[in-house]
Amino acid sequence: MTKLAPVLSAHWDEKDSFTLEGYKRHGGYKAAEKALAMDPDAVIQLVKDSGLRGRGGAGFPTGMKWGFIPQGDNKDHYLVVNADESEPGTCKDMPLLMANPHVLVEGCIIACHAIRAKHAFIYIRGEVTHVARRMNQAIADAYAAGILGNGIDVVLHVGAGAYICGEETALLDSLEGFRGQPRLRPPFPAIAGLYARPTVVNNVESISAVPAIVMNGAEWYQSMGTEKSKGTTLYSLSGHVANPGQFEAPLGITLREILELAGGVRPGHKLKFWTPGGSSTPLFTDAHLDVPLDYEGVAAAGSMLGTKALQIFDETTCVVRAVLRWTEFYKHESCGKCTPCREGTWWLVQILRDLEEGKGTEADLAKLLDLCDNIMGRSFCALGDGATSPITSSIKYFRDEYIAHLTNGACPFDPVASTLFVGAGA
Amino acid sequence: MSTVVSEMITVVIDGFEVSVPKGTLVIRAAEQLGIQIPRFCDHPLLDPVGACRQCLVDIEINGRAFPKPQASCTIPVEPGMIVKTQLTSPVAEKAQRGVMELLLVNHPLDCPVCDKGGECPLQNQAMSNGQGSSRFEGVKRTFEKPINISSQVLLDRERCVLCARCTRFSEQIASDPFITLNERGALQQVGIYENQPFESYFSGNTVQICPVGALTGAAYRFRARPFDLVSTPSACEHCASGCDMRTDVRRGKTLRRLAGEDASVNEEWNCDKGRWAFKYVTAVDRLKVPMIRNAAGVLVEASWPEALAVAAEGLKSAKAAVLVGGRATVEDAYGYSKFARVALGTNDIDFRSRLSSDEEREFIASRVVGSSTTYRDIDKADQVLLVGFEPEEESPIVFLRINKQFRKRALKVVSIGSKESIAVDKLKAEFVKVAPGQEAAAIAAQKLTDKSVILVGERAAESAGSLSAVAALADSTGAKLAWIPRRAGERGAIEAGAIGNLLPGGRPVTDAAARVDIAAVWNTDSIPAEVGRSTSQIIDAVHAGQIGALVVGGVDPLDGDNSQTALSAMEKAFVVSLEIAPSAVTARANVVLPVAAVTEKSGSFLNWEGRARSFDAAVADSLNRSDLRILSMIADEMGISLNLGTVTAAAKEIASLGAWDGARATFNKVSAQAQPALNGDQALITSWRRLLDLGTLQEGEEHLAGTARRTVAVISPKRAQSMGVVDGDQLKISTVQGSVTLSALVENIHDDAVWAPRNSRGSQLLVNLGVAHGAVVTVVKA
Amino acid sequence: MAFSTEDLQVMDSIIKRYPRSRSAIMPLLHFVQSKAGYVTNEGIEVIAKLLQLEAAEVTAVSTFYTQYKPTPIGEYHVGVCTNTLCAIMGGDAIFASLKDHLGIGNDEVTADGKVSLEHIECNAACDYAPVVMANWEFYDNQTVESAKELVDSMRAGNPKPPTRGPNRLVTYKEASAVLAGLNDGLAHEGVQAGEPTLLGLKLSKEGK
Repeated sequence: MTKLAPVLSAHWDEKDSFTLEGYKRHGGYKAAEKALAMDPDAVIQLVKDSGLRGRGGAGFPTGMKWGFIPQGDNKDHYLVVNADESEPGTCKDMPLLMANPHVLVEGCIIACHAIRAKHAFIYIRGEVTHVARRMNQAIADAYAAGILGNGIDVVLHVGAGAYICGEETALLDSLEGFRGQPRLRPPFPAIAGLYARPTVVNNVESISAVPAIVMNGAEWYQSMGTEKSKGTTLYSLSGHVANPGQFEAPLGITLREILELAGGVRPGHKLKFWTPGGSSTPLFTDAHLDVPLDYEGVAAAGSMLGTKALQIFDETTCVVRAVLRWTEFYKHESCGKCTPCREGTWWLVQILRDLEEGKGTEADLAKLLDLCDNIMGRSFCALGDGATSPITSSIKYFRDEYIAHLTNGACPFDPVASTLFVGAGA
Repeated sequence: MSTVVSEMITVVIDGFEVSVPKGTLVIRAAEQLGIQIPRFCDHPLLDPVGACRQCLVDIEINGRAFPKPQASCTIPVEPGMIVKTQLTSPVAEKAQRGVMELLLVNHPLDCPVCDKGGECPLQNQAMSNGQGSSRFEGVKRTFEKPINISSQVLLDRERCVLCARCTRFSEQIASDPFITLNERGALQQVGIYENQPFESYFSGNTVQICPVGALTGAAYRFRARPFDLVSTPSACEHCASGCDMRTDVRRGKTLRRLAGEDASVNEEWNCDKGRWAFKYVTAVDRLKVPMIRNAAGVLVEASWPEALAVAAEGLKSAKAAVLVGGRATVEDAYGYSKFARVALGTNDIDFRSRLSSDEEREFIASRVVGSSTTYRDIDKADQVLLVGFEPEEESPIVFLRINKQFRKRALKVVSIGSKESIAVDKLKAEFVKVAPGQEAAAIAAQKLTDKSVILVGERAAESAGSLSAVAALADSTGAKLAWIPRRAGERGAIEAGAIGNLLPGGRPVTDAAARVDIAAVWNTDSIPAEVGRSTSQIIDAVHAGQIGALVVGGVDPLDGDNSQTALSAMEKAFVVSLEIAPSAVTARANVVLPVAAVTEKSGSFLNWEGRARSFDAAVADSLNRSDLRILSMIADEMGISLNLGTVTAAAKEIASLGAWDGARATFNKVSAQAQPALNGDQALITSWRRLLDLGTLQEGEEHLAGTARRTVAVISPKRAQSMGVVDGDQLKISTVQGSVTLSALVENIHDDAVWAPRNSRGSQLLVNLGVAHGAVVTVVKA
Repeated sequence: MAFSTEDLQVMDSIIKRYPRSRSAIMPLLHFVQSKAGYVTNEGIEVIAKLLQLEAAEVTAVSTFYTQYKPTPIGEYHVGVCTNTLCAIMGGDAIFASLKDHLGIGNDEVTADGKVSLEHIECNAACDYAPVVMANWEFYDNQTVESAKELVDSMRAGNPKPPTRGPNRLVTYKEASAVLAGLNDGLAHEGVQAGEPTLLGLKLSKEGK
């Protein structure tokens, strides 16, 4: 049985965890002090040695990303923290920042030092007033305490409602004051990112993991997790479970283990399908309960670790309805730049809506899959790919349920049965 | 001179090897092999965007295959690259079919009523690379059908495939980001800010490069089918930029004009005036038959023999001079030049029907004729100095070229003038602000190198000493110098000798050997040896009784200073007018001879570079004759043979003359004049003609006129404050001759100056005030 | 409304946060909303002038992001998450009942201007589903009844406080000022974390 391992979340249960005082109580900003005394390359090496990989979904080694920044190029370098957390099911970075914004500030200082950047920007999604408030206060307090402003500046940039800005190049365009649409790559951000300068874009959780690595060393971090997926991470359990919440554990824990900790699927029900890392990662079923939730394990089972957003749906849930809703999301959030994603999601929604209402024939399923084939890998960025994941994976596992809609002429599910307040008189 | 040879890269596309310069995009390397990869957003002159995804191909490099098809419009060739297009890769073929199907999901099936039908890249490529029918059975996205985004450009959002060519053009080429992509996802759409229409001088290019019928021009809307049009390559007659054009004619009538392709001149662009101002050719009041003034003083229609006889008789019986406007073709200008010398025996000829000076005439003879500065020099310049020249207003393609280099490599631009212009702002140019008339000192203070380019406009002639200072600056620094007139015919008229101090080929009139050269070719005994009169001297000579007859071709007397004096001279003299439409000159002429408009004849212009822009008649069956032909007929009637029966004959004769290799005319430098003292209400007027204004060749183009810039009077913040004026207040500018009252705009202008457009609605300065630059005017709050 | 000298000073300070002025376009749009309640033409023109852009370029940005509203919205803007997980767990029912209860549809405002309604996408609080946001503050674990009570409290002028947020619900304009990066002094209010956030930590302390 894998044990939970709170590192990021270790002190969240203290009422003032979000204050400078609360943060310093447990050695806050000591890591920055230590790192600033180190050679920047040594900091990069330390992070490389720790095995830390990007927690935003792609899992790219963080230290290696830092190492891509050209040195001695006499250009401004930038650190940009991706706090746009908008992938359906993903809910780790916002509670992290609400409970402990200072760990991100400290991580920014260390990362800036390593990549020789003077400026860090934290791009946070716009629909979280209190998180923005806390983050800004933490930055202000850090300035007031002289922690920031001595060669390293951190600016909070608040988004305004656009999922696509989680894509790193769209985020950069948005931060530069343009429409948040993805850029052509190459050039990659490491060479020409923000303002066409070398830029590292990292997820909140990745940067927040750095202070503990600096304090405790690479070996300590290496000692947790699996062979290629090191350290601890936040698993966000939501949906039809007895006790949803955040579970920080070493990489490689399984859903079976987490569900057990959480008291299982909600009483009287059984697991039907789940997402390992948000809606863009292909669905899993109860056949995947023992898949190690690390980068390699999930990929080997045909999905992606993604953001470790474990959305649990029990047997009361209509998978067609679930998939339709996600597809509507992708349609709403498609940036409009490329044809396959813009027009494809428009069309997918119409087909799925018909299918959910029991209209159409089995041939429409073939059309749906062919359409996904024409979007997947044909779009400008991964948003289009992600839009096809729930569709193709759900047809793979629940084709019969789609057919049942057609033979029924309507959705065979009772939507009330899947609500949290079923039976509560709602 | 060293030639830069670019590194060549060899790639294999569909099994065929091709070597292309490093940096070439795959889609264009394929074109070299004749392999057409379908595309919409790709445009060779715009930055790659990879948005439409129509050009997906399979690529592998040194045996490593990309996991998914790549957009060939965004990927440069690399050594060891193997590309499989739709012709050899089933994956690419399916990807392209898939994208095409998706593009059509929301595209309306209104091709039968779409202007683009028949020449539509979407229609064509749907046929070549799409599938016969769509599987889409859902609801199409709908928008309100076309909306005006300017008075000239209509936008049909349903047809738009969101390739962003138009928005990229507006931003990257014109620096006029007035149209943008708005909204998001499937609702993304091209749009304007609701209070600011798409009023860019270059908006028509977006209509031309739109790969569907989303952007259409109001003037051409529903007018024709492409397959009913006969297209003729042509040259633009509107300015000296020298755009290559295409003129589309149906049954003798020009229906539209498009930018042609010439990489060394206009690339693939033109301005809206060149594109959309051509109705003057088909105006209802076009002159069609000759007219003579009868005994009662009334113009009456006459036969050609009758009119020619009257013209010849009148010209023979008085000392005559020639005024030819700046819009004649090289061949026509040559005809006037030869006609003046051979038929009239005089050097009294001037093409400058505008504000001009003797300083300018000497500058032209010594510095402009034979000059070889080109667009390419702008491309290579370390900086560009603008003197008396607003490129966006007065030679728009020059603006685009400077802007291209500014955007590409932050080319330094310095502009000497009195009012900061929109173009100066767009080019982030260093603006050297001087009082009107005080340009010379600022010119002398410029630091240039032999890699710099000086672009001096015709308005420099309006400030004494400017052209002298420019010549001195070019001499001392080795900077390249180009003089850029507004009108298409001026450079050609110089080379043709349609000016009193020059014979054809840049030969100085005062040079005996030059005169012998020309006399030999013209088969005449001699050419007058003294420098001829300039336009204003000719007018004065008429009033003084020294000149009794005028041949006037394509001149608007209201374009020059002392327009009233010019008009009264035409009443006094015997005037033979060669014109396309009734004008102030024909109203006073004794003989009016109708001539062909530019689309009705062949010929050539020399653009500001001196580059020949020749063209054939676009309207093949016109009965109208060129000026040249008519001048020959008058000469014949006078008993003199010009031997210039056709444009071809004239062109041959010009070519046979060759260029002058003797000494250039000398340039007697002129000093600047002291700035006049001003009292509180007084200011120095300054102005220029805007691209879109009341110019006669824009008559009848209401849609185009609607996009003209607002008529305003500009004063400095300091003057505004002292006058208690804010933006929008009415300002009255007056001289003894008259006044204009205009809406005030407070901007960056010299405190001693007031600016107003020279020839716009409500502000025709030469008519209303009699002055346009450097003169003292009174400015008061109206 | 016109922007005061003081407003322009604030806008200037926002611009100064960035190495390049254009980056300030988003916080400036939030600031315009904090003054006008939505993105007014005047706001677009002021931003264009301050950033030396064309108004069209500002429009292009403002229309891209769903939080910038082209028309006036309520003093309290209520967003009901109807992305898959919340929808299934009750978000759909909540949204339907609020529409009915308020007599308005999606993206509409009550006649008194108090409440506007929008179905929103995933708001990063899935472990608190079903989630309702008001002026982008968290209202966790909502039911049809609790959501109705919430909007009723808004219409009565005494909105219930967020579950994870300050002790009182700020107005839409006030929230927009926070999103523009201005400090309203409320960061210390409210819990540091809700129960689900702390569940793993709690279990770990229990030895799990």
